[in-house]
Amino acid sequence: MMLIWLIVIPLVAGILAWLTARWSTEAPRWISLAAVALNLLLTLAVWIGGDNTVGSGTTTVWLAEVDAPWIPRFGIHFHLAVDGLSLLMLVLTFFLGIMSVLCSWTEIRERIGFFHFNLLWMLAGIAGVFVALDLFLFYFAWELMLIPMYFLIAIWGHENRIYAAIKFMLFTQLSGLLMLIAILALYFLHYQATGMYTFQYGELLGTPLSERAEWWIMLGFIIAFAVKLPAVPLHSWLPDAHSEASTAGSVILAGLLLKTGAYGLLRFVVPLFPNGARWFTPVALVLAVTGIIYGAVMAFAQTDLKRLVAYTSVSHMGFVLLGIFSWNPLGLQGAVMSMICHGLSTGSLFILVGALQERIHTRDMDRMGGFWTTAPRLSGAALFFALASLGLPGLGDFVGEFLVLLGSYQVNVGMTVVAAFGTLASTFYALRMVQRVCHGENIQHWQFSDLSPREALIVAPMIVALLWLGMYPQPVLNTFAPAMQNLQRQANLHAMARQNLVNE
Amino acid sequence: MTRADCFTLLPLMLIAGTPLVLILVIAFMRNHALTVALTVAGLVAALISLWAVAPYIPRQVTPLLSMDRYAVFYMGVMIVSVIAVAILAYPYFEKHRWHREELYVLLLIAVLGCTVLVASSHLVSFFLGLEILSVSLYAMIGYSKNRKSLEAGIKYLVLAAASSSFLLFGMALIYADLGTMELARMAETATATSTPALLLPGIVLIITGIGFKLGVVPFHLWTPDVYEGAPAPVTAFLATVSKTATFAVLLRFLYHPGVQDYRTLFLVFVIIAVGSMIAGNVLALLQTNVKRILAYSSIAHFGYMLVAFLAGGNVAIEAVTFYLVAYSVTTLGAFGVVSVLSDSSRDADTLDDYRGLFWRRPVIAGIFTLMLLSLAGIPATMGFLAKFYVLAAGASAAKWSLVIILGMTSTIGLFYYLRILVVLYAGSSERETPAQPLVPVGGFVLAVLAALLIWFGIYPAPLQDIIRKNDMLSVSVSPVPASERLSRHQLQPPGSKL
Repeated sequence: MMLIWLIVIPLVAGILAWLTARWSTEAPRWISLAAVALNLLLTLAVWIGGDNTVGSGTTTVWLAEVDAPWIPRFGIHFHLAVDGLSLLMLVLTFFLGIMSVLCSWTEIRERIGFFHFNLLWMLAGIAGVFVALDLFLFYFAWELMLIPMYFLIAIWGHENRIYAAIKFMLFTQLSGLLMLIAILALYFLHYQATGMYTFQYGELLGTPLSERAEWWIMLGFIIAFAVKLPAVPLHSWLPDAHSEASTAGSVILAGLLLKTGAYGLLRFVVPLFPNGARWFTPVALVLAVTGIIYGAVMAFAQTDLKRLVAYTSVSHMGFVLLGIFSWNPLGLQGAVMSMICHGLSTGSLFILVGALQERIHTRDMDRMGGFWTTAPRLSGAALFFALASLGLPGLGDFVGEFLVLLGSYQVNVGMTVVAAFGTLASTFYALRMVQRVCHGENIQHWQFSDLSPREALIVAPMIVALLWLGMYPQPVLNTFAPAMQNLQRQANLHAMARQNLVNE
Repeated sequence: MTRADCFTLLPLMLIAGTPLVLILVIAFMRNHALTVALTVAGLVAALISLWAVAPYIPRQVTPLLSMDRYAVFYMGVMIVSVIAVAILAYPYFEKHRWHREELYVLLLIAVLGCTVLVASSHLVSFFLGLEILSVSLYAMIGYSKNRKSLEAGIKYLVLAAASSSFLLFGMALIYADLGTMELARMAETATATSTPALLLPGIVLIITGIGFKLGVVPFHLWTPDVYEGAPAPVTAFLATVSKTATFAVLLRFLYHPGVQDYRTLFLVFVIIAVGSMIAGNVLALLQTNVKRILAYSSIAHFGYMLVAFLAGGNVAIEAVTFYLVAYSVTTLGAFGVVSVLSDSSRDADTLDDYRGLFWRRPVIAGIFTLMLLSLAGIPATMGFLAKFYVLAAGASAAKWSLVIILGMTSTIGLFYYLRILVVLYAGSSERETPAQPLVPVGGFVLAVLAALLIWFGIYPAPLQDIIRKNDMLSVSVSPVPASERLSRHQLQPPGSKL
């Protein structure tokens, strides 16, 4: 039941926010804040109260579950469930959701109601993606989160927003349709094998597939997730979308939307197509390493602050991809840690860049410099998140990347070595960014106010969270460990079943 | 004809009677509102009579008309659509000064043609229905009396007349070959003794005629011009009711579970479907006129429907029916918005008419957004489920290339829907022009359509039940096993019963 509330609260609050905007400019903000905070509390309650040990046995790993028939004609169920992985993603979703409401508090002055409507509906869609266990429902939520994102970019974005919004939509829509076709193919193959029409994740897991079918269907899924992730040849929508979106849009894009791609790979691709994933592993590793290096190099070359941060996402998500396709406990732990920490550190960087842009109306680094004296708090925070982003030990990102590298070392030493150079490259772009923005000479003599209490309130929890994740990540690792074990167990199980099928 | 036969035809009679009443009323008293009210009353009566005749169906009324669940279901869909068209036409034509009342007479006659079409089980009633529909459409398309509207009317007249002659010729060839014009007997005779040299060209010529009415590639050239020229409510009618009826008759005449076994026919339809999907979506990219964009998008949508048709199997009819309902709701809504925004001098059809509409008239723009999202097939709208149905039908028959082409081209399609959306939400500041009052009746229809769109987009089970209950062609088409039909293209296996 709690899961339905998680979806319903933002949807209803979104409509309320839209309606109340007519009478008050503050009401939509408070409504959104309250709704997202309520959701965060609900998820935290599950996290703290949930008995997380059940998953280690052979019984269910789901901490909460809802299942009701929805469209019986196709055997579609309204099936939501959370395990440790989903739960952490939900916590991240609503945590960053609060931050994005707060960071748009003064930035968005026009069409406030519609803005918060889109923000909340997108959060509902993202939450839906993280908890859907029916493939139709998953696709439904997957597509539903795009439209609000499109509006967030196209209406409240910067100069080149229309181009970026349309590019974003076309990339994700085309890849999404390919995934839908793949889902349907799986659905009918499952029917042919078992005589049952179902989109249920649990049922589809063990679908007997021929090698060829597995390969093609998996490709349909992988393309959709690789676009979202983004993996390198499919990433070109990302710098545009990130740099043109408003601050909240960028935070949600980088912090959450990219995670849906990684989540899809973890939850669906590998367990559903374990053999296909094994064949694909070399390609995925190459793509991951290419992404790490390419993203870092491109980030180094940018002068637009937001584009810079956007390209660092490409680099970081390369680590996530590397960890997922290493498919061993260390790699997977690293991948999930990286997802969470990247959401926090990159989200914060976008918030800081947004705060800066709100003050000086430019993102061009060539026109910045010497801000340490003007705005010490802002600069200090920027330095902190830049260090987090470059993987300084003691901060969250380091844990994630370190674990990924440990995991991938067991799979492919060469790739790991190259990926390790990526962490070196990240030092260059992160420090260069801090140097050019905070140090040097303030050529244009910018004078502006430092972080306001509201902004400090956004930044402080992020800093605390990153420190906590960097110093003592064990609670988080424990939360998703059973879920990951379960995914691995499923994958092994079905891989063997299908191998036997082929051998027969 | 027995009394029961007559009673079964009650819906048709009511629809035929209403224009007579209208003509009489108009002769004595010109009153736009009264005319619309009578039109709607007649249509509602016809709709109710569908329930009244339900116990008597399926029933073959004369060799010409087959009143089965299939026919009744489509009549219901079309009558509801026409009620929407009539109500939308009221505010639209109220702004015009000259004779407004005759439009509804034409509209009702056109609906009569459509109802005959969906019930036809004979080539003669098929042709009669199509001609009744076309002749009224000529006048309706040219109704606005401005240059574009007249041009569109003439264009439609010339091309429709030509396509009718193709249709007639095709029917003649089929008759020459099979010696019957009755659908049921055609199916029987076709399997036994037939000369493909006559039958196949006959069928292809009929496809030409139908293809023209549907506006699918390569018979689509009239579509954008006519859509643009015709008054918006008439375009709505043309795009929904007339095309629904034509597609329904196409299904009735050509659908059978083994359609993909007729290799030539299959190929013809594949070319039409792929051509429509590609040409419709690509050409729409070049347009700046909303009505023309919608025209090209309708070409593409019929391409999608043909994919389901080609897939065959038990999902196909259901998919097509669902798609037609979704398409009707969506297209009525889209053209409804155009017609509500139009004024007496011209239709609101350039993109500039929609610039920043959302900030001026949020409700109407919101409804338009929903319609466009549904056309683009975004979840939580009927359009998404319709597309899902078609993809499912294609996937169930493993027609992967068609399905992937559908996916690719509908992504192109998304681009021009987004272009309209961009314009709707454009505008840098809160330009608060005084909100024009929404015409109550038009607004009501649009709101109902939007509600249907969302309701069935999220919870389609009731509609699916109705569609499946009227699962349909099993009643009208004598079920000839596909294997038997196949034999036309194979040597008779020894010992077969023929």
